[in-house]
Amino acid sequence: MTGQTLVKVGMADLNVVDGGALLKTTGLGSCVGLTLYDSKSGIAGMAHVMLPSSDIAREAQINLAKYADTAIPELLNRMTVLGANMNRVQAKMAGGAQMFAFAGQSDTLRIGPRNVESCMSMLNRLRIPIVSHDTGGNYGRTIEFDSGSGILMIRSVQFGIKEI
Amino acid sequence: MAEFKNFEAFELDVLKEVGNIGAGNAATALSKLLNKPVDMAVPKVSLLPFEEIAELVGGAEQVVLGVFLRVEGEAPGNMFFLIEENSAERMLNQLLSLRHDEGDKGYSEMELSALCEIGNILAGSYLSSLADFTQLPMMPSVPAIAHDMAGAILSYGLMQYGEMGDSALLIETTFLEDHQSLEGHFFLIPDPGSFGKIFRSLGVGRE
Repeated sequence: MTGQTLVKVGMADLNVVDGGALLKTTGLGSCVGLTLYDSKSGIAGMAHVMLPSSDIAREAQINLAKYADTAIPELLNRMTVLGANMNRVQAKMAGGAQMFAFAGQSDTLRIGPRNVESCMSMLNRLRIPIVSHDTGGNYGRTIEFDSGSGILMIRSVQFGIKEI
Repeated sequence: MAEFKNFEAFELDVLKEVGNIGAGNAATALSKLLNKPVDMAVPKVSLLPFEEIAELVGGAEQVVLGVFLRVEGEAPGNMFFLIEENSAERMLNQLLSLRHDEGDKGYSEMELSALCEIGNILAGSYLSSLADFTQLPMMPSVPAIAHDMAGAILSYGLMQYGEMGDSALLIETTFLEDHQSLEGHFFLIPDPGSFGKIFRSLGVGRE
């Protein structure tokens, strides 16, 4: 990790990089950290998705990065502007945990699994293959994507570091 | 929801008082449990961007023990009681003589259950005093505990806000015992629709 630029992606935020820079987002709980990568051009994008669908948005100006159905197309747009080829883009994702388990859960509390489902169906619709994912469980994750190698590093309190 | 942007100063003061009363009672309960004086900082009421909320407890990656309760009733919301690992260990030690093995990063079921119960007692006294004060029925749900990154825990309570913006209004109170040897944070995050009810019940409603 010497001299690599690190670009942080906040909650309900997205960013794109190229040239071997790292993308990082911290403290994913029920949120999903999704990365898109075109290995040939080395262009990568990461979104920290908070909610499954923009249908429920009640804000005046929608934050595209927040919802699964708007974040993925936006990320793809920004990557193609940089020169990524849509047909080569592959996806990885992590997060979507259910931090607290309760009996008789309402739908709001199942937000993690719903975020994952929504990301998957959006990727399907756009014909973007999902190479690997580490989702679900009941624990938080911090992720870091290396746009040089295409490796997604996942860190959690209980399981340490894992690469996918 | 634009109304969040224009909370008046006196409304924020009302919410501060809400935090003061609730956390004051919780601090008394904690002090009785530990049989030691517990200090409380002046509550902070702030409308914070999601990104900055975890900064209040040391950043999104700070590992904490978090007890979560859903507040049910007339003014629903989410409540968190967060304690850092060191404080949790001291609490277990003082209260139950449960000695946590320093090299062991995990917590046993017994230890988690004890901490969860502490959170439950404190949240219960917070809410019941709040319910008395506002005359609004408020019941805590069954508590749940997680030992994880603060960002992952707190984001769970922000979903209702996600639909309408990128920030949330929360009432935060810090507990200190014996000059920070034991530190805990209480977060009450009322659902966006609950503020009107709280204000009205206290006679400061607009409309």
